[in-house]
Amino acid sequence: MSDILHQITLPGAAAPGRATAPEISVSAGHEPAGKEYWRSLTGRTQGTGFQDWLRREFPEAAELLDSGSRRTMLKLMAASFGLAGLTACSRPVEKILPNSKGVEDQVPGNALFYATAMSLGGAATGLLVEAHDGRPTKIEGNPEHPFSRGAASAFHQASILSLYDPDRTRRVLYNGAASSWDEFAAFAAKQFGEPRRGLSTPPRSEAEWARAALSPSAVTGEGLRFLSQTVNSPSLEAMRARVLAKLPGAKWIEYEPLSENEALAGAELAFGKALRPLYRFDRADVVLSLDADFLGLDSPSVTAIKDFSKRRRVASSADTMNRLYVAESQYSITGAMADHRLRIKSTGIPALALEVARVLGLAPAGLTVLENSARRKWVAAVARDLKKNAGRSLVVVGPRQPAAVHALAHWINHALGNAGATVVYIETPRRPQLPALKELAAEINAGKVETLVILGGNPSYDAPADLDFAAAIRKVPVTVCLGQEPNETAALAEWQLPEAHYLETWGDARALDGTVSIQQPLIQPLFAGRSAAEVLSLIAGENRRAYDIVREYWLAQWPGATAEKAWRKSLHDGVVAGTAAKLVPAAPDGKRILAALEKLPPAAGLEINFYPSASTWDGRSANNGWLQEAPDPMTKLTWDNAALLSPATARNAGLKNGDVIALSAGGRTVEAPVWIQPGHADDSVSVALGWGRTTCGRVGAGAGHNVYPLRTAAALWSLRGASLRKTGRTYKLSTTQEHHSMEGRPIVREASLEEYRRDPDFASKPDGNRDLGQLFPEFSYDKGSQWGMAIDLNSCIGCNACVLACQAENNIPIVGKDQVARGREMHWIRLDRYYNGPEEDPQAVTQPMACQQCENAPCESVCPVAATSHSPEGLNDMAYNRCVGTRYCANNCPYKVRRFNFLDYHKGLEEPAKMVFNPDVTVRMRGVMEKCTYCVQRIEEKKTQARAEGRRAIRDGEILTACQQTCPGEAIVFGNINDPNSRVAQLKKQKRNYGVLTELNTRPRTTYLAKLRNANPELA
Amino acid sequence: MADLALSHELNPPLVLGDPTYAEVTAKVAGIAERKTPRAWYIAITFTGSLTLVLLAMLTYLVVTGIGVWGNNSPVGWAWDITNFVFWVGIGHAGTLISAILFLFRQRWRTSINRFAEAMTLFAVACAGIFPLFHTGRPWRAAYWLFPIPNPSLNLWQNFRSPLMWDVFAVSTYATVSAMFWFVGMVPDLATFRDRATHPVRKFIFSILSLGWRGSARHWKHYEMAYLLLAGLSTPLVLSVHTIVSFDFAVSVVPGWHATIFPPYFVAGAIFSGFAMVMTLMVIARQVFGLQQLVTMKHLENMNKVMLATSMIVGFAYATEFFTAWYSGNPYERFVFINRAFGPYWWAYWTMVTCNVLIPQLFWFKKVRTWVPAMFVISILINVGMWFERFVIIVTSLHRDFLPSSWGYFKPTPVDMLTLAGSFGLFLTLFLLFVRFLPMISIAEVKGMMAALREHGTRHDAEAAVHFGDMRG
Repeated sequence: MSDILHQITLPGAAAPGRATAPEISVSAGHEPAGKEYWRSLTGRTQGTGFQDWLRREFPEAAELLDSGSRRTMLKLMAASFGLAGLTACSRPVEKILPNSKGVEDQVPGNALFYATAMSLGGAATGLLVEAHDGRPTKIEGNPEHPFSRGAASAFHQASILSLYDPDRTRRVLYNGAASSWDEFAAFAAKQFGEPRRGLSTPPRSEAEWARAALSPSAVTGEGLRFLSQTVNSPSLEAMRARVLAKLPGAKWIEYEPLSENEALAGAELAFGKALRPLYRFDRADVVLSLDADFLGLDSPSVTAIKDFSKRRRVASSADTMNRLYVAESQYSITGAMADHRLRIKSTGIPALALEVARVLGLAPAGLTVLENSARRKWVAAVARDLKKNAGRSLVVVGPRQPAAVHALAHWINHALGNAGATVVYIETPRRPQLPALKELAAEINAGKVETLVILGGNPSYDAPADLDFAAAIRKVPVTVCLGQEPNETAALAEWQLPEAHYLETWGDARALDGTVSIQQPLIQPLFAGRSAAEVLSLIAGENRRAYDIVREYWLAQWPGATAEKAWRKSLHDGVVAGTAAKLVPAAPDGKRILAALEKLPPAAGLEINFYPSASTWDGRSANNGWLQEAPDPMTKLTWDNAALLSPATARNAGLKNGDVIALSAGGRTVEAPVWIQPGHADDSVSVALGWGRTTCGRVGAGAGHNVYPLRTAAALWSLRGASLRKTGRTYKLSTTQEHHSMEGRPIVREASLEEYRRDPDFASKPDGNRDLGQLFPEFSYDKGSQWGMAIDLNSCIGCNACVLACQAENNIPIVGKDQVARGREMHWIRLDRYYNGPEEDPQAVTQPMACQQCENAPCESVCPVAATSHSPEGLNDMAYNRCVGTRYCANNCPYKVRRFNFLDYHKGLEEPAKMVFNPDVTVRMRGVMEKCTYCVQRIEEKKTQARAEGRRAIRDGEILTACQQTCPGEAIVFGNINDPNSRVAQLKKQKRNYGVLTELNTRPRTTYLAKLRNANPELA
Repeated sequence: MADLALSHELNPPLVLGDPTYAEVTAKVAGIAERKTPRAWYIAITFTGSLTLVLLAMLTYLVVTGIGVWGNNSPVGWAWDITNFVFWVGIGHAGTLISAILFLFRQRWRTSINRFAEAMTLFAVACAGIFPLFHTGRPWRAAYWLFPIPNPSLNLWQNFRSPLMWDVFAVSTYATVSAMFWFVGMVPDLATFRDRATHPVRKFIFSILSLGWRGSARHWKHYEMAYLLLAGLSTPLVLSVHTIVSFDFAVSVVPGWHATIFPPYFVAGAIFSGFAMVMTLMVIARQVFGLQQLVTMKHLENMNKVMLATSMIVGFAYATEFFTAWYSGNPYERFVFINRAFGPYWWAYWTMVTCNVLIPQLFWFKKVRTWVPAMFVISILINVGMWFERFVIIVTSLHRDFLPSSWGYFKPTPVDMLTLAGSFGLFLTLFLLFVRFLPMISIAEVKGMMAALREHGTRHDAEAAVHFGDMRG
């Protein structure tokens, strides 16, 4: 009260707050004569001037004054001044509570971790999300989750950036104008709760609503269609069932552009029922991948990498490892991991699969049409190897292959006794999505759909081109579109609703094996977004919040007494116990499969294959700058897709990198720039989907070329009889790696398993085991820890997860396509990808390269201001505020891992984009050098924790660097090399261990375990 | 007499036409005293505009970041350090002529030393821009690179860094060169003072000439000071570019890490410095009619120095290739093959052509004494020497150890305008110099004339007293 009073200055009245004080006496003697003195406020306020003013300004108060209660008057005035301020605010009054008791477990400055889950392509991955003072900043895999097991992919890592994307849909829009959830609720109540037949536009007024109303019997949902992406949320399914029960005329269609149509159809064909195979790569000794990038983009989770890499870890020459055969058209990262890779057109794979079946005695000889003798030899060797390892082998097929090939693979796996061992089956409710989508398009075109509610997804961009959803949506009288970001579909919708990010709302999601995770939010919706379940609830007239929907659903699943406990445990663990699907036996019907195979057309002419994008997935993460700038694992292209061609195909067509070609098939044409991909199959073009978005945020708009217009319902994945034409134009592509040969340098060291057994020391041979000596006395590091890292090149897949994890952890900026073209990308860890062998058919290797934390660091000695210097724990520290940016250190770094802020790359960041920053890491300004620090903030955090717990030593594995933590291949191991029992010290003791460029006597602290390939002697 | 004629043919005189002392004074001082010619205004308008371009580019750079240049990863240094080494190299001729040739009693230096010294200073001024502005945060580098107390950061410089050595080498060089230049100019400034008619001019030159009266005592001290400064500068001629070369030689970058760098750089610096003196001298000689004082003998001698240093750098280029091959170091070998045949082949062969092949024309006396030829060649040499630094810096960096990080550098317009602007600054300073200060050392020329007269022929001049009476 008194504060407010102090702000009021009444004319003539001094310090009204002191109104109740005793009379103020003034010693007149010290004042110059002529001024008017007053002795008390009472006397003062009796003056006519004040009273006149008071009457003029506050007539009511004047009455109070007249009534004689001065105190009442002043109270009232103060209150009215205060309230006058409040009424100026447009926000409604909300109760806030002081954080006097504190949030449970919250210590200011310390991060908290919450378990949640993210879905991608209908498969959930359990995550553990780090929050700083209520603000999620970093995503990790949930170690408790059976499908992520502590790892997360690049998409999961980058999803945090999408949360804070300033381009997100910020409010409810009705025909492009600002609206609100209340208005939508009112609309929903009329549209879905009352008869709506005959309405072409939502009524504008009560009178219109009244005119539009028909008989109550029309409340059936007739003409109402829901369209969503693949639903893998039990609570949303329950909500859906309720809504559809209430509106029986309505239909729900799921569509995902990167769907598993062929795989599901293949299982149906083989087993006669909808089954999903779950592969157990950790049990397979021999794996044959038929056009399946199962380690990469054909698998939305990191499980395959987790399992597969387990079998690539070799501790000594007595150990064994698995063997991977890959037959594919595009060079995928799975192909790069292959021990034997066969480049073959995607449309040639069925013949190859049949040949395998023939050698195994499943298919009759007459069916196979594999002419090429080299390929026959390859297939024969592979088939023999599969047979030799029956029960421990595995054949997997990629989504581009027709259903019959999937079915054949099931049959082969069954025949080899792999079913139940390396592959198990679960029942799945999913069915191929395309038929329903086609039906929806037909219904719309027939004018049968009056209201289309799109709950996520972007069909006008990514639906098959022949369905022309953009035109179809325009025909629907009312379209409601829920989406996180403005997109091509929302732009056509009458109602555009902001969707909550998965970190903003409650939900639940199933992993591929059925395991459910509760999706726990970490933050209030930033832009008033709501989940699909909440919107459904609105439509159902319930208007419940996501928390209630999810919680009530799950509490009902458990017996009452234990429900609350089970709920809390599920939240804590991030996994709902006992939700994994039951394994079912499966027996394929060979005859049916052979019959289907006979119908497959042979490979002919130029083919075009579609792939998911490593950056945008199906287009949904186009506005994610981290993913846009993450180099494609194989091409190293950023900010673009390209038409990938083999060197021979490009040569024959007279094409070079950057030439724009027109790709045509079935009367449809798109344009895309050429990128020559060594090892690509000839007469085949690979293009990534998900680019060339037109209605998109500022990051993704205009990046890449949209190839969806080529994709039809008849040929979702692979087009035959295509043609390409040179347009004569060129297009600038930005790549982070321009040179792809190691130039014979011993950078990535590799041997076959056999060579390794013969000569376990092969990796250290190029160094000659010379002791290069030290000019100065060495630092002893006898106190405490000294850090080091070992990276196993044999289990590194090259999947980009570490790059994104590092970006998120260390506040690494993106620089944009133009800056990447200038060679100024900022990634602290990069994946160097080298080819060796002939240009037409090379092998590829990947090497994660970050600061090597050299003991004799060339960068340290040349910095004039000692901004980079050695720590007593062996780290090569960077003091950003000391750096003046001479770039001398970067020049002198043989590994070229130092990154310079050539421009102010954090400039112009809008709210809330800044919220993504990790508060433990300095945000670097322009003109400053930066590089990998081994996540020194994590080291220090654990050291502080250890000190607080009264122990000096840090346990092995306690500190995980960001790259290590997320690595699905567990290829990166960090720790204390002073401790001989630490994992990193053990790995460094292995004979495969070597350092890069050790001949310079840099003594890198990061060393590599040489790569091995388990070559088949028959094919060597 | 026949003797004299023969000796003149073999050793042409260093001053032609046998002018009196008064004529020499009038000639040199007159240039600075007569009404400013129109051409000068035109010239300085042009160079001044270029200087403003430099200012604009540097402002843009500081406000925006190094990204306005073409530098990238892996090419952390490009035109910035190329320009720095180029300008420092240019600066070498001045001290060499002033100090080393002085100590070796090479009398032909007298007509050109002031000119060369001035050029040195201006070149070092241009060079000094780049080490500061090539940093990402020049507002910090401006004082963090000096060992002055910095309590807020507790920062102490890293004296292992060649960049630190650079700071001292170049600043010492600039200081000593400036002192040398100024001290040598004091008697001439006094001459200007004495001839001045306008009181302001008289006042300024009175201050600048430090109360010089030309007494024997003054001369004694002056000569000693000059000798000492010459002695002090001599090691600097060698040290500055040696240390500049350490920026590269001390690193681990293949193509940089070479023990040959110090002598190679010093020779290259002298080479380019003489070429720049030649370019400017030929113009000044023509414009101001200084043929009497800057004779063909001077020009020819400079051409000979250029021929000699050209062969030194040519030898260094060959040695680098040999060492790369002989070392057996694959990275080193690759760098040199890449230099000659990689993406920057054109830069390498421009360098070889301009620095090694074209100067061979100086074997011919006709070329050596034909002004248009030497003018063109001197410009080509400087083009070649700029490319030498570019080749060393950029081709070594753009493809080093890990092929994954190989890149390519392309300059931006800002790069180009900054280089052009540095020429603008250089030429502006030069124009101011030739307009306001004695561009030829009056006192020294007279001293040499006196020595020649005293001993009849210039053969004995070497043994002569250095300075005679200079007042004409």
